[in-house]
Amino acid sequence: MKARAKDNKEQALLRVRDLCKIYGKSCEQCVTLTGPDMGGNMCPKCGSIVACAEISFDINCGEIVGVVGESGSGKSTLIRLLHFDQSPFSGRAYLNSYENARTDLLNLSDQKKRWIRNHQFGIVYQNPYHGLRMNFSCGGNIAEKLIAADWYNYGNIRGRATELLLQTELPLSRIDDLPKYFSGGMQQRVQIAKALANNPPILLLDEVTTGLDVSVQAQILNLIRHIQRSLKISMLLVSHDFAVIRMLAQRTIVMKNGRIVESGLTDQIMEDPQHPYTQLLINSML
Amino acid sequence: MSEYEYSYAFLDEQTKKEIRRKLLKAVAIPGYQVPFGSREMPIARGWGTGGLQITLSVIGPDDILKIIDQGCDESVNACNLRTFIEDVTGNAMTYDTLEADIIQTRHRIPEEKMKDGQILVLQVPYPEILRWVEPSERETRRMHAERDYNKLWVFLYEDIVRWGEITISYRYPVMVNGRYAMDPSPIPRFDVPKLHQAETLFLFGAGREKRIYAIPPYTDVLPLQFEDYGFKVEDFSGKSCRNCGSTNSYLDETFDSKSGKRYFMCSDTNYCTKRSSTITETKILPQEMSI
Amino acid sequence: MSFILKVEDLNKTFTLHQFNKKNIEGCRQVSFSVRKGEFVGITGKSGAGKSTVLKCIYRTYIPSGGKILYKSNQYGEIDLSKSSEQEIISLRRQEIGYISQFLKILPQVTALDVVTESLLEMGCEREYANHEAAIMLKHFELPEKLWDAYPHTFSGGEKLRLNLAQAMIKRSKLLLLDEPTAALDEKSKAPVREMILELKRAGTTMVGIFHDVAFMRDVVDSHYHMSEGFLKEAIVA
Repeated sequence: MKARAKDNKEQALLRVRDLCKIYGKSCEQCVTLTGPDMGGNMCPKCGSIVACAEISFDINCGEIVGVVGESGSGKSTLIRLLHFDQSPFSGRAYLNSYENARTDLLNLSDQKKRWIRNHQFGIVYQNPYHGLRMNFSCGGNIAEKLIAADWYNYGNIRGRATELLLQTELPLSRIDDLPKYFSGGMQQRVQIAKALANNPPILLLDEVTTGLDVSVQAQILNLIRHIQRSLKISMLLVSHDFAVIRMLAQRTIVMKNGRIVESGLTDQIMEDPQHPYTQLLINSML
Repeated sequence: MSEYEYSYAFLDEQTKKEIRRKLLKAVAIPGYQVPFGSREMPIARGWGTGGLQITLSVIGPDDILKIIDQGCDESVNACNLRTFIEDVTGNAMTYDTLEADIIQTRHRIPEEKMKDGQILVLQVPYPEILRWVEPSERETRRMHAERDYNKLWVFLYEDIVRWGEITISYRYPVMVNGRYAMDPSPIPRFDVPKLHQAETLFLFGAGREKRIYAIPPYTDVLPLQFEDYGFKVEDFSGKSCRNCGSTNSYLDETFDSKSGKRYFMCSDTNYCTKRSSTITETKILPQEMSI
Repeated sequence: MSFILKVEDLNKTFTLHQFNKKNIEGCRQVSFSVRKGEFVGITGKSGAGKSTVLKCIYRTYIPSGGKILYKSNQYGEIDLSKSSEQEIISLRRQEIGYISQFLKILPQVTALDVVTESLLEMGCEREYANHEAAIMLKHFELPEKLWDAYPHTFSGGEKLRLNLAQAMIKRSKLLLLDEPTAALDEKSKAPVREMILELKRAGTTMVGIFHDVAFMRDVVDSHYHMSEGFLKEAIVA
């Protein structure tokens, strides 16, 4: 019981505490009157929607954390809040690579949030139209992320874009083509390349293979595995598909009606689920 | 004054007050576009009403005014504006760049370096530099507020990818005081370096778009460029002005339909005149104006 | 003599919420210890609770009570049942291995890559990993022509041998084996026996579940028998 003390205290890369998002006017009872035990997201008193509440979790260096849940669970909201696409109702988040986790990210000015978003996060959306500018070329999309991270040398930008295309197995000849003419799988690869452009410590993945053909899905997931192993990037992987989670994530969080109902090692969640809802999900898998 | 006569410089004092206040704000925030209530003028929108309103708001009875259009004092638009301003102010007019207190210009900055105490008023058709990449006004305002110019940079990147260099020839985007990206109005690249750390006050007016912006003296105005693809001005090597022989001014290319030959002339007519002719008189008398 | 693994009074109960919180007992009052380099074998009927014990040690199951003391390289002596998820992940990566009956099939990953990645995960260089993987596959007599095929369509025995290869290549400090010879014919069991003995010589500590008592007797140092969730020392005949 002696040597482990130091290792234990190695701080998590990202710590999220009590994150909460409410749509509507909100009242003091919104959180207590909603959730999986209450059976819904809508507050019966004031009619606001509690998209998520009391969300606390850690992501450690180099690990993939899966988030699984059905529609209305709040998992996509979670990603949007972390990426500052939306502002939370309340909650705190601390990033090890930003001011040594001393500052609450969610309380910063918009300009600082944008800096963090440009330098510390990469994101891949389910719909490529959210993550890419369809009227810039493939290379231009990557360039945008690099410029946001203060790269102002054309040659360097071009070189890095080429590197990323190779890493994501996109044909180099298409670097100047518009992604709107690409297939779905290729568009996701462009998103991944763009997300990795500035070597962020954290990658946010929101249902990235949902809707893709099965063979393409396998390729994209393998790509993510390789990237994670070679670059040691931490990831938050949101999916409703347990098979994807099992393949990639070491730890998993299960969400329902905007709350975390269970979290643990992925194999434990799948073989020894504790919470009734988790058991239901596992038993419903094909 | 009777109720039917115009006030000095056409605009009523309240209008001048608003414009002056907006000018002060523009000077206080270099490069930032200040909205203003652009008035109905006897000249149609799109013909220099913004620049005109600024000139009429700052001009005083002792100021000497010069007006140029594409560098030329004697083009139609310049003449019309000059006639109008002379009518409503009674001020002295000049063709001489160094003699003028206020110079109103369309799309060119004079070749002779302007001094401290002079004001250059530029007519602007499109004040929003981000319009190249973003159609929404709401979005461009947010981009300026957050200094989010990435899309503009990607636009330049795509230009280099497509053509091997940045092909923007006029309205070249500049960064003012390290904070705001600005449209310098459709001046050629050749004139952009004149804005940087100048002694002169530059005022920009867009009447149709209802924006005013300014560059106070000694402000950093730097064109957007990549570290390895620098900003370049037009190359006139091997060419010179047919009239005065200048090789370091911005040259217009003209075509003589009779002889079929092309030749170059200084765009800035006053500069050309000073260099070439022996005419020293610069005050204009109507019968001496040539076509 | 010091132990590497000491299980004390381990018990596991499953609560099935779907059926009105029905409780199912997995194992009860399980205690045993294993010394370094030892191989402990567990036999018993299906459903007796053998897999439950292994999975509790590996933390796939959350133990309901008891202690699982393990002398780890990274953290010293710890109780696996109370360790943090981070610790378990790190231990699994570097020290504790688990061979289940089912090969975890990743889509579009070749047999050779499955074994190679096992080493890459531990931080080895790719060339070295590839080299070692080839040796391992040869040892388990997986035909070379299958090395760059996808294991999806392998036979049960081939899958099992691949499974063994990818787990054993890590040379874990503690290896948990869940019926490692289940689908194998007699001839294929020989490489397994050899590898187990080799690992023992190298100091790997092992706990295994067997149906094939004869095979087990060749390799284990102590033998326990489970019945209805209880573990008893087997009578060594």
